[in-house]
Amino acid sequence: MSVKVLLPNAFQKHTNGTREIESKAANLPQLIEEIEVSFPALKQHLRDSDGQLRRFINFYVNDEDIRFLGNEKYSFQDGDEVLVIPSIAGGSCADGDTCFVTYRCCSYCGQEDCLCDR
Amino acid sequence: MAVSYELRCRDCGKRFPNEPLSSCDECFSPLEVVYDMDAAKRTFTREAIAGGPSSMWRYRSLLPVSQDYVAPTPAGFTPLLDAPRLAKRIGAKNLFLKNDAVCLPTLSFKDRVVSVALANAKVFGFDTVGCSSTGNLANAVAAQAARMGFKTYILVPADLEPAKILNTQIYGATLVRVDGNYDHVNRLSSQIAERFNWGFVNVNLRPYYAEGSKTVGYEIAEQLGWKLPDNVVVPMAGGSLITKIHKAFHELIELGLVAEKQVRFFGAQATGCSPISTAVKAGTDLIEPQRPNTIARSLAIGNPADGPYAVRAIQQSGGWAEDVSDVEIVSAIQELAETEGIFTETAGGVTTAVTARLYAHGRISRDDLTVACITGNGLKTTDALAGKYDVERAIRPRMADFEEFVAQHEVRGVAIEAVSAVGGQNVG
Repeated sequence: MSVKVLLPNAFQKHTNGTREIESKAANLPQLIEEIEVSFPALKQHLRDSDGQLRRFINFYVNDEDIRFLGNEKYSFQDGDEVLVIPSIAGGSCADGDTCFVTYRCCSYCGQEDCLCDR
Repeated sequence: MAVSYELRCRDCGKRFPNEPLSSCDECFSPLEVVYDMDAAKRTFTREAIAGGPSSMWRYRSLLPVSQDYVAPTPAGFTPLLDAPRLAKRIGAKNLFLKNDAVCLPTLSFKDRVVSVALANAKVFGFDTVGCSSTGNLANAVAAQAARMGFKTYILVPADLEPAKILNTQIYGATLVRVDGNYDHVNRLSSQIAERFNWGFVNVNLRPYYAEGSKTVGYEIAEQLGWKLPDNVVVPMAGGSLITKIHKAFHELIELGLVAEKQVRFFGAQATGCSPISTAVKAGTDLIEPQRPNTIARSLAIGNPADGPYAVRAIQQSGGWAEDVSDVEIVSAIQELAETEGIFTETAGGVTTAVTARLYAHGRISRDDLTVACITGNGLKTTDALAGKYDVERAIRPRMADFEEFVAQHEVRGVAIEAVSAVGGQNVG
């Protein structure tokens, strides 16, 4: 069993230009692990300081958001096409509230003080 | 001299020169435009703004364009109307409507964001622009791109209202109907923007595009006599508009154009697509995506990109979010038209119905100065009103027929007795 995984342009700086991989992963956690083993340079960018996968990276399976399919519980089917896309505009702050700490007005958090200008 | 601006990752803070890019190559977070606010203190003044054009470009010192930029099509600076009749109906006393149903050139607030996005598309040298859209954005891109000489590709969900499809095609845009909902369309657009060297206004031009929404906030403050309202009620699709109005108010405070004030932000959604209001009610900023099912198609984004930021803006301001049924949306469209003479699309029905509920539930106090944002025009979604009005049989061109007609009807709530009183013995 294998699935085709399409990586976004934003990853390519860390994957030596690789855009597409074949994977034998059975589910999303295994796939992420496999991507990190294949592209060690990408690992530090995929996860936040707590080791959590950044929430603004979205996964789609055959056109459907994986969250509608059970997310981590979804078992990949042979021939699935998995698409990885960073949220186009938003998504969630990876570090929760701690990412809005010091500095001034950010359009996204709306607070006068956030770290955007550091 | 232009106020300098550039892109910055809102998560890791990495800075980028101005380019068509929407996410950080280090942490994949979204980018936004940041300005030199010290320079803006000199250029973004009440006097300079008053001397500017009667369009959103009077605020160009805090928009990502060169200081001498002249937009080929003016957009924005729409009326802020007091709404005493609607207010009376819903138990309000100090209600205003920001009426982007008459925003030019295509009758929705999307004209604002597209103006800014396409200005930047020119700077970046694109010959083709596009967008994914629930309709209003498609109209706005198609119209302004035609005037600026761009080739245009526009992707929409296949079930979009016919008027919004026609209002895109008329400008010569290439329309691609996608068999899926907006979230499917959006995902495909992000792939296309990576494959083709095109400027997609809400993908690779998104940081610039989103800044255009701030002008709604600037205008509200200026039109209130440079003061901030107590509350704003804003419809939410992707969640960007509410966060950008929030940003606009904070910029005005920072630059000293208005007195500091905690404005409460209220978000409005349709129950059939309510991921943001659901999160607000649950007290979390975790957005669970939904499959949209509502007549308010312009708000039917089940995976709102700016959802978490909208939630945060609402929660931190002491506001709230509500969602209303399709039946309530249609009633609210009628109510707004009958009381204030404003014909809004389904999204405006959402805003009006939610505003009414916020007063009814005591979330907004009767005496508060409240601004509800009407973002689109009803002529685009007339199918939502199908069957609401009978087609009257025609009368012959004879006074007797007319008198009979009047006798059988109440006209706009005026009973036949009242007509008799005015018309004297001829009515009977």
